[in-house]
Amino acid sequence: MRVSCVVNGEPRHADDVWEGESLLYVLRERLGLPGSKNACEQGECGSCSVYLDGVLVCACLVLAGQAEGAEVVTVEGLAAGDTLHPIQEAFVEAGAVQCGFCTPGLVVAAHDLLARNPSPTDPEIREALAGNLCRCTGYEKILAAVHLAAGRGPAGNPREGSR
Amino acid sequence: MTTPVAPARQPFAPTAPVTGGVGESPRRPDGALKVKGEFAYSSDLWAEGMLWGATVRSPHPRARIGSVETAEALAMAGVLAVLTAADVPGRKTYGLEIPDQPVLAWEDVRYQGEPVALVAADHPETARRAAALVAVDYQVLDPLVDPEAAMAPGAPPLHPKGNVLRHIRIRHGAEDTAAEVVVRGDYEVGMQDQAFLGPESGLAVPDGEGGVDLYVSTQWLHVDRDQLAASLDLPPERVRITLAGVGGAFGAREDLSMQIHACLLALRTGRPVKVLYSREESFFGHVHRHPARLHYEHGASSDGRLVYVKARIVLDGGAYASSSTAVCSNAACFAVGPYQVPNATIDCTVVYTDNPPCGAMRGFGAVQTCFAYETQMDRLAAELGIDPVELRLRNAMAPGSRLPTGQAVEGAAPVAELLERIRAMPLPEERPAGPPDLRSLPGGVSNVTHGEGVRRGVGHAVGFKNVGYSEGFDDYSTARVRLSVVAGEPQVEVHTAAAEVGQGLVTVQAQIARTELGVGRVVVLPADTQVGSAGSSSASRQTWMTGGAVKAACEAVRSRVLELAAAKLGRPAAELALRDGAVVAGDAPGPAGAAEIDLTDSAGAVLVSLADLLAGEVVEETREYHHRRTSALDPETGQGEAHVAFAFAAHRAVVDVDTELGLVKVVEIATAQDVGKAINPQAVEGQIEGGIAQGLGLAVMEEIQVVDGQVRNPSFTDYLIPTVLDMPPVRLDVLELGHPDSPYGLRGIGEPPTISSTPAIVAAIRAATGRPLTRVPVRPEHIVGVPAPESEARPDPEPEGG
Repeated sequence: MRVSCVVNGEPRHADDVWEGESLLYVLRERLGLPGSKNACEQGECGSCSVYLDGVLVCACLVLAGQAEGAEVVTVEGLAAGDTLHPIQEAFVEAGAVQCGFCTPGLVVAAHDLLARNPSPTDPEIREALAGNLCRCTGYEKILAAVHLAAGRGPAGNPREGSR
Repeated sequence: MTTPVAPARQPFAPTAPVTGGVGESPRRPDGALKVKGEFAYSSDLWAEGMLWGATVRSPHPRARIGSVETAEALAMAGVLAVLTAADVPGRKTYGLEIPDQPVLAWEDVRYQGEPVALVAADHPETARRAAALVAVDYQVLDPLVDPEAAMAPGAPPLHPKGNVLRHIRIRHGAEDTAAEVVVRGDYEVGMQDQAFLGPESGLAVPDGEGGVDLYVSTQWLHVDRDQLAASLDLPPERVRITLAGVGGAFGAREDLSMQIHACLLALRTGRPVKVLYSREESFFGHVHRHPARLHYEHGASSDGRLVYVKARIVLDGGAYASSSTAVCSNAACFAVGPYQVPNATIDCTVVYTDNPPCGAMRGFGAVQTCFAYETQMDRLAAELGIDPVELRLRNAMAPGSRLPTGQAVEGAAPVAELLERIRAMPLPEERPAGPPDLRSLPGGVSNVTHGEGVRRGVGHAVGFKNVGYSEGFDDYSTARVRLSVVAGEPQVEVHTAAAEVGQGLVTVQAQIARTELGVGRVVVLPADTQVGSAGSSSASRQTWMTGGAVKAACEAVRSRVLELAAAKLGRPAAELALRDGAVVAGDAPGPAGAAEIDLTDSAGAVLVSLADLLAGEVVEETREYHHRRTSALDPETGQGEAHVAFAFAAHRAVVDVDTELGLVKVVEIATAQDVGKAINPQAVEGQIEGGIAQGLGLAVMEEIQVVDGQVRNPSFTDYLIPTVLDMPPVRLDVLELGHPDSPYGLRGIGEPPTISSTPAIVAAIRAATGRPLTRVPVRPEHIVGVPAPESEARPDPEPEGG
């Protein structure tokens, strides 16, 4: 089948999609967007977090066909060219990135959190990111990164970003 | 357009200009790519005409293979190859220490999930379906899954040399010693998984001339290459490996997984082949932490001095050797902990069973014994009526103290200092009175308690292990450093085969080059086998070993540059130094003068810029770094100078336990660790915090459940690793006490956080509940209900709150 959707602002099509393919597979293997990661492919790790029509989802749990006509934003769509989104900048600066496999999902989930809550408390950040597993950092630097991005005020507001 | 544009060959080449030398925390050069989703992990690779590989795995833990029928799979549309053991052209087995593991099983399968056949197809789903069509005739046998039964006389041998893979015997001091106070205990450690997030994956590309290029995530490129060459029957130079982006390792990428398989399929089909494990397959695709049973007896004087320790340790090695022999050695060498023990009798055995193969995981043998000896120390303290930290202080190792192997600890042995520091740290606030914030309670927003039945406990533990490879192995790393002028600016290229697995090695290599050569622009080239071996990103060794190699190569380059400058300027090289891209006047002439000048000092007149001095000239040097030699352990007594160095850490855990439901909330971890020298303080913190999270996982949630040789929970739904809700704040105290025999005085840092964090948490749960808790991970049923009859539960403490 053919799947057509808008990804990171651009109309995209994928042909010869097998009905069993997930949105994650189509993004990674057919649209050349491997930023969304494939750590568990059953919705436990959050490493494939993307926006589907503005809602944070695990791309591995969305069938490709369900994305037909939808607007998808992936981690690749957050930076403005070479200029990192403030959340991405904060992750690098705070040391929240080690192996980085969880990072794309966490960046998208943190982006969603700050869009809803520009100044989250520690418990609010923990609750929002509880669906994103990280095996390297122990999460301390990830919390620090979200606070750092939030503390930078309007510049850290994802509404001002490229989304 | 649907043509994939994913990178086929994006090497791991951090090139962004970054500043910062040794002791600073510059940004990771790969950080921007990683946050943008543009960093090429091994699972992201793509090549024109690429096929997908799939693996046929045995559903049985023990069976004889009658036949393997591949015709039906091969006939499926889109399938290009189906391979069995008969298609392995070279050595049909592989292994890190002992090549006992079949590339593809041919007669016997010895664990559930053992690879039997391979498929290559044009779509991953086609490959999976074809794999299901491979018909294997298994004669199913009863699996041998109890390690004690496997080592008993008369047990059926799973391998030609029998089931005992290694037995380490350490005899230190007197064997028959009496003590005023004796405590005994039996302990058990479950099978932990490394659970890296980036699944096993890689891309093999045939070169058209019989050789192959492999892009893969691994921990040691050269040991992979040598095993590949043997099984592919190719000379090593025709197997070229480039490190692709690695999504975590923690020991699980020391052994081969899909490497030989992908290369076999690529060489057979003549097309690039990608193999990517699912999470479920990943649980079968790598080794795990050894489950352990440990029997301990501690004897002490009535004033709390250890008189003797007797330990009998059995490790379940599972089906194949992996690095079991070294894990066994570690468990034995560190079996009594960082204490002064005048008499020790230690027997540690690792055996083959039909359980999943076990091997390297962060902490490597020291984790299992630390849980046991630290629990023993707490029991001894209770028996003696001495504060647990005080008992540890009375017996703490000091510089010059000897291990039961007879080896003295060189340099700092800050066991007492670490304990005193964690004890002195302020405790977290008590839960406030009034309506509770559910998120701070055990069970969280599941709303299972508002504080009733919740008790707080505090526990302490300290541990240590070796840094680097041991027992006489001449370990080394290689670095090639090249200084040239690019677009009018001096640039350093650092080339090693060292695996960046997330720990920040690429950052550290560049920091060292900046410090040693006074050049800001440093490019760390992709790690590959075109340069000499770097050894493994294991054993907390890589910053020491590859850092040492980069430092040595930089020193050699600097020496040549200063000679060039000396000739041009007519001044002795010993009076010159490199700083800020220029040759400057040194202010400490002498043989070691140049090396000792503080490169951040702005004093020192610029004599000539490197751009002017070198012009078109390139200065390149390659150096190997070897640590000092170690020796084997005596097979009868276990005596020997087997280890390069040791690293120490201590942890204090504070927990809240819902004693009615058995739920645990870890409130805070405080830790003190000597890192020798923090080359990158931010990365040090990240290693410590991340290591603690894995220790927490072993304490309260992580275990691969194996029943009759069958893994029951191969998913992140059923194998739980800590989330951000499980991981508490960490209070850190990083000491930099130096080391006499390492680059910049650094010690390894990666493993100690995972060693004593587990027993500290369990001690805290014990303090809250009064339960004996002799097994990790602690489960709710260990905390609630009627204690097991053999337990030595102390009376429950007074309930609080309500």
